[in-house]
Amino acid sequence: MRSGVIAQKVGMTRVFTEAGEHIPVTVLKLSNCQVLGHRTGEKNGYVALQLGSGVRKTVYLPKSERGQFAVAKVEPKRKVAEFRVSEDALIPVGAEIQADHFVVGQFVDVTGTSVGKGFAGGMKRWNFGGLRATHGVSVSHRSIGSTGGRQDPGKTFKNKKMPGHMGVDRITTLNLRVVKTDVERGLILVEGAVPGSKGGWIAVRDAVKKPLPKEAPQPGKFKVAGGAQAADDKVTADVPAEKEGA
Amino acid sequence: MNIIQQLEKEQFDKLSATKTIPEFGPGDTVIVNVKVVEGERTRVQAYEGVCIGRSGGGLNESFTVRKISYGEGVERVFPVMSPMIDSIKVVRRGKVRRAKLYYLRKLRGKSARIVEKKTDRAAATS
Repeated sequence: MRSGVIAQKVGMTRVFTEAGEHIPVTVLKLSNCQVLGHRTGEKNGYVALQLGSGVRKTVYLPKSERGQFAVAKVEPKRKVAEFRVSEDALIPVGAEIQADHFVVGQFVDVTGTSVGKGFAGGMKRWNFGGLRATHGVSVSHRSIGSTGGRQDPGKTFKNKKMPGHMGVDRITTLNLRVVKTDVERGLILVEGAVPGSKGGWIAVRDAVKKPLPKEAPQPGKFKVAGGAQAADDKVTADVPAEKEGA
Repeated sequence: MNIIQQLEKEQFDKLSATKTIPEFGPGDTVIVNVKVVEGERTRVQAYEGVCIGRSGGGLNESFTVRKISYGEGVERVFPVMSPMIDSIKVVRRGKVRRAKLYYLRKLRGKSARIVEKKTDRAAATS
């Protein structure tokens, strides 16, 4: 199982293909998505990679967190998340994952936080039909109607769909096709909509319900910053460390 | 320029380099040569009608062409930048006072005519 990546939603656009069709795509951006640490079987009981993404000012960083980033020798990150991986798919600490980690044509699962809708009524939240526009209905055209029976059962059942808070949920959309990747700008173009607002953090993983293409890099496509020249992209970009797993 | 605009501009430049799109607007009668894929081979099919509006901008611009086909009104929306469009030819320039000619949908025959533009600015400049 390969690692996923943390990306930021940029927005949507369209891509015209050679065949003449146009594909609606969501643009996802990798902003310095680096490995911060490992979770290993003997130490933590599970195997995972801790990734961080984005930029965060050191001034506002709590001292305790500063230590965490110092251990990994990386710049402070805005968003930190863990991805479960198999034993052989661990990527060295400090490596920056690149956009061609995903192969064009492969399917991915994306997880994001959906746009908040506030306190929503039954029609918006549960697709209720509402009441009639005429025939004596007054003031309650968008109400939910009845919520239960009579004396028997004498209560409203639990989990009855009712108005309430909608949105700001963790939503995973399965099987979105990767249309294009751009290593230089760190962009992944994914077919279709991705949950969340622009600028929101998105976790992108290999699809669990589709086979991974053979040409997908194992354990992943990443760039190891080389010592003092860590900040210089040109030096390290020419030698992307790529390992072929069994 | 943000990333979305950049991506759209790149595609726009790439697509517009391969073909020339004449200047046309609502009221103009145009012939759109559309590529049609039939199994293995592709051929070009002409679609002639009145452009009743353009919408969107840049890469996302599209236009609607209306014609009467066998007594039935047909409207087709084409993205301007679509690779499926082989070419566009302007047949006649129309004089209209609206950007969207949706009123044509209600009209038939004589009343659905559009007066030809006398002083064709596009022709005069070229």
